[in-house]
Amino acid sequence: MSIQSVAAGAASDQGDADLLATYRLMLLMRRFEESLYRKYREGKIGGYLHRYDGQEALVAGVIPQLIRGDYVLCTYRDHAHAIACGTSPRAIMAELMGKATGCAGGKGGSMHLIDPANGFLGGDGIVGGPVPVSVGVGFAIKYRGDKNVCLCYFGDGAMNQGGVHEALNMAGLYGLPIVYILENNGYAMGTSVERSTGQPEMVLKAQAHGIEAETVDGMDILAVRDAAGRAIARAREEVRAQFLEMRTYRFVGHGVADNAQQQRFYRTEDEIAAWKERDPLIKLRNLLVAHGALTDADDEAMESEIRATIEDAIRFAEESPPPPLESLYEHVYAEG
Amino acid sequence: MPLMRYSEALRLAMTEEMERDPTVFVCGEEVGQYQGTFRVTEGLLSRFGPMRVVDTPISEIAIAGLATGAAMAGLRPIAEFMTWSFALSAMDQLVNHAAKITYMSSGRVTCPAVFRGPAGTGNQLSAQHSQSLESWYAHTPGFKVVLPFTPADAKGLLKTAIRDNSPVIFMEHAGLYAQRGEVPDDPDFTVPFGRAEIRREGTDVTLVAYSLMVGKCLKAAEKLEASGVSCEVVDLRTLVPLDMETIIASVARTHRVVVVQEEWLNVGFAAEVAARLADEAFDELDAPIRRVGGADVPMPYARELEQAAIPGEDAIIAAVRSIVD
Repeated sequence: MSIQSVAAGAASDQGDADLLATYRLMLLMRRFEESLYRKYREGKIGGYLHRYDGQEALVAGVIPQLIRGDYVLCTYRDHAHAIACGTSPRAIMAELMGKATGCAGGKGGSMHLIDPANGFLGGDGIVGGPVPVSVGVGFAIKYRGDKNVCLCYFGDGAMNQGGVHEALNMAGLYGLPIVYILENNGYAMGTSVERSTGQPEMVLKAQAHGIEAETVDGMDILAVRDAAGRAIARAREEVRAQFLEMRTYRFVGHGVADNAQQQRFYRTEDEIAAWKERDPLIKLRNLLVAHGALTDADDEAMESEIRATIEDAIRFAEESPPPPLESLYEHVYAEG
Repeated sequence: MPLMRYSEALRLAMTEEMERDPTVFVCGEEVGQYQGTFRVTEGLLSRFGPMRVVDTPISEIAIAGLATGAAMAGLRPIAEFMTWSFALSAMDQLVNHAAKITYMSSGRVTCPAVFRGPAGTGNQLSAQHSQSLESWYAHTPGFKVVLPFTPADAKGLLKTAIRDNSPVIFMEHAGLYAQRGEVPDDPDFTVPFGRAEIRREGTDVTLVAYSLMVGKCLKAAEKLEASGVSCEVVDLRTLVPLDMETIIASVARTHRVVVVQEEWLNVGFAAEVAARLADEAFDELDAPIRRVGGADVPMPYARELEQAAIPGEDAIIAAVRSIVD
């Protein structure tokens, strides 16, 4: 049973279960980001911290549709992607706290979560950086003749990076099984799309490279799931690159330093409030409640279970040792 | 042992490794249908087909990304840059991605890619096409940096590079492609990284060099021999890893050293060798360490100026004379 039927009111047990799982995933992402911010304020997390609040549908509606052998690449705003790929909250929290038990052994941090066992080839700290890499990952899939895809996330700011266009051109030219997801949250740090490009219609830029492209309402989990399902199927079956521009919004600053006062330089409180009215998490909760698939008690139970998961992750991370000093020179080169 | 050109030795290395390992493939500009800008990949397309010999658009960033991503996903790419001067566009993919993914992931993801192509100065190619930049890569943790001088080393070191699990910067010298030498045709022949080779034995001065400059050192050594100065010539072959042991052992015999590089003298690799010698072998030295390198200017076009900018035998001889008697 498809999610569209749920949206249309013809709820089924299977459709309800899928959407409940999606809701739970989005709730975990949101609460996880909130906990990271608290830990950052406590000084337990260092470096930069980029939160995904408001953008959850772009990951929760897409990554669960992948199969074993598929790959995911994304930006430095990568916590939600790791969670959706199946990286344990413990390993993510420990990485953010710079511990040996982190998913990158404590050498990556917030921007470089990675988990190849789950197909997650990592967050990338450079704007546009994962897009050229995706060409190689997509090429490897095609080279081996595997029926897999590479998902590659990047932001609206990346669309102005030269390497992104080199890579999109190559992905279009070679017919690579890559699904590009443009996380268009309207701002590259403090610079709006309108202030950064003469052509804000992003799909045209993908189409210019021979890639099928579509714009999706990223605040609508059902629309995201539907569009992603179609794009992934085309990439997998027809072995050609796909591009989805997902219009979304980050409810918080670019990073922790981009606080409310700083954000006044580039966006208004009214604008933020208007987008929060479209919060994909609340919209999905309301949809589930309206269809009788979720009660207040269910919701509270889910909140409480997620709180316990996060508390467990925090405890695990705080009790974990830092990487030993002897490991400083390890892994500069691969073995062999 | 068959006699072949440096460029043919490189091709033989790739051919053997592609036959040995189906995950090895070649990509780059004009590597296939055009048969290679310098003919290094000649014949590979017809032998291995377009999936393993991939012609690319002129897109160095995407070429580097293609190799990096494919390596991260389990293949062994050999990416050819038409020249290392053109690879400058790709520095972010090379330095921030290929070189770092192993460390950033604590070894969970690796990047066994070879980035190769011609480097070096000469032929009046002027400022943007005639330069040596090996120190940029040697400076970056995560890369192994290889600069072969002989055809046999070109083959043996490239095979080692392809089999290595780390990203390798493999700089050929355009001025060496036509050089002939004996090359083992044994497919098991490889040359290990981190082992310098003594190309000429001598007793008075050690000349340390790599790539084309080894040849200039050998010629300078011949001339100096005629006037009674005996030079030992050490070919580093790989800058990373660096074989300090062989350099120090040679200096312990000669007590005098000149380090020769083609790249700009300022902050160049010779300075690193000189600093390590000062740290690790100071007591062996009977004279100041001398460096010979390129003039610190963008390469000029005019033949006379170009010759003045590229280190030659005369500069090496003058450096040697400045520290003997």
